Amino acid sequence: MKPIEVKNLKKQFKTTEAVKGINFSINQSETLALLGPNGCGKTTTIGMLLGLITPTSGNIFINEEELNYKDHQFLNIMNFASPYVELPKKLTVLENLKVYGRMYLIKNFKEKIDQLIEDLNLKPFLNKRTGELSSGQKNRVSLAKSLINDPKILLLDEPTASLDPDTGDYVRSYLEKYKKENDISILLASHNMDEVTRLSDYVLMMKEGQIIDHGKAKDLIDKHGRENLEQVFLKLVRQKNEH
Amino acid sequence: MLRHFYLIRSSFPRIFDLIYWPTVQIILWGFVSKFFTMHSDYFNNVAGVILSAAILYDFLFRSSISYNMLFLEEIWSRNIINLFVSPLKISEIIMALTSSALIRTMIGLVPAAFIAIPLFGISIFELGVPLILLLFSLYLFGVTLGLLVTAGLVRFGPSFENVAWASLFFIAPLGCIYYPVEILPSWVQPIALGLPLAHIFEETRNILVNQTVSFTNIYYAIGLNLIYLTLAISIFYKSFASAKRNGTLVNIGE
Repeated sequence: MKPIEVKNLKKQFKTTEAVKGINFSINQSETLALLGPNGCGKTTTIGMLLGLITPTSGNIFINEEELNYKDHQFLNIMNFASPYVELPKKLTVLENLKVYGRMYLIKNFKEKIDQLIEDLNLKPFLNKRTGELSSGQKNRVSLAKSLINDPKILLLDEPTASLDPDTGDYVRSYLEKYKKENDISILLASHNMDEVTRLSDYVLMMKEGQIIDHGKAKDLIDKHGRENLEQVFLKLVRQKNEH
Repeated sequence: MLRHFYLIRSSFPRIFDLIYWPTVQIILWGFVSKFFTMHSDYFNNVAGVILSAAILYDFLFRSSISYNMLFLEEIWSRNIINLFVSPLKISEIIMALTSSALIRTMIGLVPAAFIAIPLFGISIFELGVPLILLLFSLYLFGVTLGLLVTAGLVRFGPSFENVAWASLFFIAPLGCIYYPVEILPSWVQPIALGLPLAHIFEETRNILVNQTVSFTNIYYAIGLNLIYLTLAISIFYKSFASAKRNGTLVNIGE
């Protein structure tokens, strides 16, 4: 069973065609990275997968069931984290986790919260207001929120943006460990090529609403005769612009 | 609801803000009311008319503004996307906003209503049992306005915020809060009577001045409210669908 399958997905905003009929799927326990320059359609694609944007045409299947934009039940098995979306700043970390635990109707949510506090080392700032935390601390709290419902599918939009290398590494290591232990599928949008190389099983390169290349990070590097994924990215992005 | 309970519980300035404005409003109108009582034949025997109307109008104002504030809090804290990507249904979001708005309104208004008793010798509780129906009706209209503004925020984004603050002032002159409907120009009167407010405040004056209760006004108000509320819910759902089509939901959250 494929957790996510996207068929000929299109989105047109007035005169702008943001996503031009893309196809891809994510296998069980796989991390798929979505790469591309700003404005290439990554956020629109994630928005459509989360039910925030209605596609102009095409289909999205979650666990082989077509996504129904009127029934949000599919969101019970998904979750999302992004540094651009925050938790209420005036609430403490613990209050935020309790609110989201209730919202997702988590059974034994106290145990789940305790486990997340332990795993993500949230205890030192548990009773601090979320708005008073550093970027790294906020990021860990946001990650805890995104794992509160034990999602089968996790969507991450630039999960380590603006983090120092140490905290970034902590988050990546945690994601690796969590994925291994919980058998989840991850869709990762990122501009950090080292992160993508480390975390992803498969990479989609997007540009101007289309998938311009795809494959395993190592295969893409070999295919394009480059030393790393960043060079592949630059080649693909600049190649078409030169035409 | 839990999120807003935590928010209010942990912030004295917020609680103070909720109580402060209704209290100031009531003290101000209390003195105006006292002045009219001493200098006007109409108000001579019914000291509480203006102040009762002011308290009821403030109840409407608070319930509507509270509704808008609750939604704006989610936008300002950049939390709204987290709500929309949770399995919460739209109906559940509406219910949570509606219930939280009532709690916020009551926190502000109950102390203010009690302050008016020793300070001016006026109690809105003199309206008796119909007071519950009048408050219910005002609350429905406050929620209706809140829903319409929220629909605008969802559809057009935070730029619609100014309308949120101004929404009630557009309608206030037609609400006949402090004067009878007959004061309005004849061509405006049918418009005013098409709003529940005119019936609610007409009935408030009727109870206080004539010491009788006309349930016709109350039923009219509730009936009109149900029509407007149904329309507002439908507009909210349409705005939400439109925001999904136009991608504005993603924009308001970031």
